[in-house]
Amino acid sequence: MKIVVCVKHVPDLQADRRFTDDGRVDREGVDGTLNELDENAVEAALRLVEAAGGEVIALTMGPDDAEDAVRRALQMGVHRAVRVTDDALAGSDAFATAAVLAAAVRRLADDGPVDLVVTGMAALDGLMSVVPTLLAAHLDLPQLTLAAELSVADGVVRVRRDLDHVTEVLEAPLPALVSVTDQANEARYPAFAGIMAARKAQVPVWSLADLGLDPAAVGGAAARTRVLEASPRPPREGVVITDTGDGGRRLAAFLAENGLLA
Amino acid sequence: MTAPTAPVLAVVEHHDGRPRASALELLTAGRALGPVHAVWLGDPPDDAGPLAAHGAAVVHVVPVPTPEAGLPASVAAALAGLAEATGADVVLLASGFGAKEVAARLAHATGAALMVDASAVERDGEGRVVTTQQAFAASWTLRSAAQVGRAVVTLRSNAVRATPAETPGAAEVRVAAPARPADPRVRVVERTARPASDRPDVGEADVVVVGGRGTQGDFSPVEDLADALGGAVGATRDVTDEGWQPHDVMVGQTGVTISPRLYVGAGVSGAVHHRGGMQASGTIVAVNTDPDAPIFEFADFGVVGDLAEVLPQAAAEIRRLRGQA
Ligand SMILES: Cc1cc2nc3c(=O)[nH]c(=O)nc-3n(C[C@H](O)[C@H](O)[C@H](O)COP(=O)(O)OP(=O)(O)OC[C@H]3O[C@@H](n4cnc5c(N)ncnc54)[C@H](O)[C@@H]3O)c2cc1C
Ligand SMILES: Nc1ncnc2c1ncn2[C@@H]1O[C@H](COP(=O)(O)O)[C@@H](O)[C@H]1O
Repeated sequence: MKIVVCVKHVPDLQADRRFTDDGRVDREGVDGTLNELDENAVEAALRLVEAAGGEVIALTMGPDDAEDAVRRALQMGVHRAVRVTDDALAGSDAFATAAVLAAAVRRLADDGPVDLVVTGMAALDGLMSVVPTLLAAHLDLPQLTLAAELSVADGVVRVRRDLDHVTEVLEAPLPALVSVTDQANEARYPAFAGIMAARKAQVPVWSLADLGLDPAAVGGAAARTRVLEASPRPPREGVVITDTGDGGRRLAAFLAENGLLA
Repeated sequence: MTAPTAPVLAVVEHHDGRPRASALELLTAGRALGPVHAVWLGDPPDDAGPLAAHGAAVVHVVPVPTPEAGLPASVAAALAGLAEATGADVVLLASGFGAKEVAARLAHATGAALMVDASAVERDGEGRVVTTQQAFAASWTLRSAAQVGRAVVTLRSNAVRATPAETPGAAEVRVAAPARPADPRVRVVERTARPASDRPDVGEADVVVVGGRGTQGDFSPVEDLADALGGAVGATRDVTDEGWQPHDVMVGQTGVTISPRLYVGAGVSGAVHHRGGMQASGTIVAVNTDPDAPIFEFADFGVVGDLAEVLPQAAAEIRRLRGQA
């Protein structure tokens, strides 16, 4: 089985995350990591090839720092990785991202068909959770998203997904696209051998030209939305009291004073 | 500015034949953008009255004859057809992971702008759709404008308060073409509705009391306070991983994203993953034994104390103040 797993480099959740003046996620001088939820995607892909044989290729789109994300995937055990980058990609929206990832998946199919594309459930920077759906649409693959359980047998992929009020089990023949939630598995820590292998691995870099994509169709100018304003929210001016026997009553009084018991 | 005449489609969620709270919020938000049409997927409503009261001019009933016809790509195709037929330039959905998939497919199919998890939606002077969104665990606020003529927007619950329209809509029921399976390769093997709790739905409630690991598995003080406030019970990931509460009520970036008028966190440390799903709440109250718990950094009111003492006392006092004791 040949699996492509899409991984994104995002600002560390614990870092001081911020936006630039023109409303883009500030990636300069803010620590970045592999999107945690993509570790579950990598894990899911690795388990499938460990069971059935084959290879896992990590794919990312992003600037130079984003190589860290695929390095981490290599440390976890993916067989090879590629990164798409181009100056024209700055400010791309989810539609452009999906179009680029789709073109890269097609190119990865040049040396043999891709059976499965695996993604995380959401990137923890924008938390949009839409790239997997758009990618499935671009690649015209059956979409089995938000898998809390995943299995492949006899060329059929089966997932269980928990939506707001229902649980579904879906099935489709390969090739297909799956996104996995953090319920799907417990991601492994890189082993020493993986860390060594990742150090030596070459990560090819593809440009838009390599993918035959038009720069005018991606980037900030082609985005379907534009950020008008990004502003940090003023910190809340909270009150903290210590319970000395009447903490519950004081809590109730606070709610009453603020019209929250109406 | 000329008054917009293109209709706005609001895809309203429902349960047992009745609109969910989010449905009336969507209609309220939608009618500020133009003549609002409700889209009702499935069997027709028992009573279109509440939809009319909240301004729906038309109710498009879209039958969903098979489970496959209810998958995101299928629903999106049906909505694309309706948007085309009505000339709607805005489609509103209630935020949620499933709805985002529908929204993405629909925007892909129609070339529309996609704006998810909005906390407000309006039109600017030129009629363009402008949304407000919270980012980075609600530590930033963004305003974005659609750059194309059509927009698909998912709106967070409690973003607007549902209010009846000054002049009710006609709520003329029109049965549209049924949704059909968009992808014959995908089969729904099983679909089970999960049982609803007697308490309000955590994703929709305007008051949510969340219990964390500090409950040590005893949720009775949390439930007692939730009931006194008429609110929902939520949980942290640690709690659902322990099996103390079902996964459905997990609040956070990978669970339910909530923005109730009032959030109470009891025995919750306030980890960044949890914050990502609740920090947009109106008022945040925390009860925690540890004065250094991170949740106190973003709480409006905090009590350093044992939840087993503080919550029952608060619940009793709230019942007394409300004259229910
Ligand atoms: C990829 C990923 C995704 C995640 N997604 C989510 C998510 O969506 N939602 C989520 O909630 N978590 C999520 N988590 C987990 C998150 O990081 C935290 O571990 C979790 O939120 C902590 O839960 P807690 O506050 O209940 O427990 P703890 O952090 O253990 O905090 C318990 C608190 O209870 C207090 N306490 C103890 N006894 C009492 C008492 N008697 N009275 C009052 N206070 C008391 C303690 O002082 C402590 O502050 C995720 C983690 C990962 C890695
Ligand atoms: N720039 C990117 N490069 C590679 N994968 C991505 C990128 N953006 C999004 N993805 C994938 O799509 C998933 C959902 O992202 P999003 O829709 O942005 O929340 C992520 O978990 C990744 O698997």
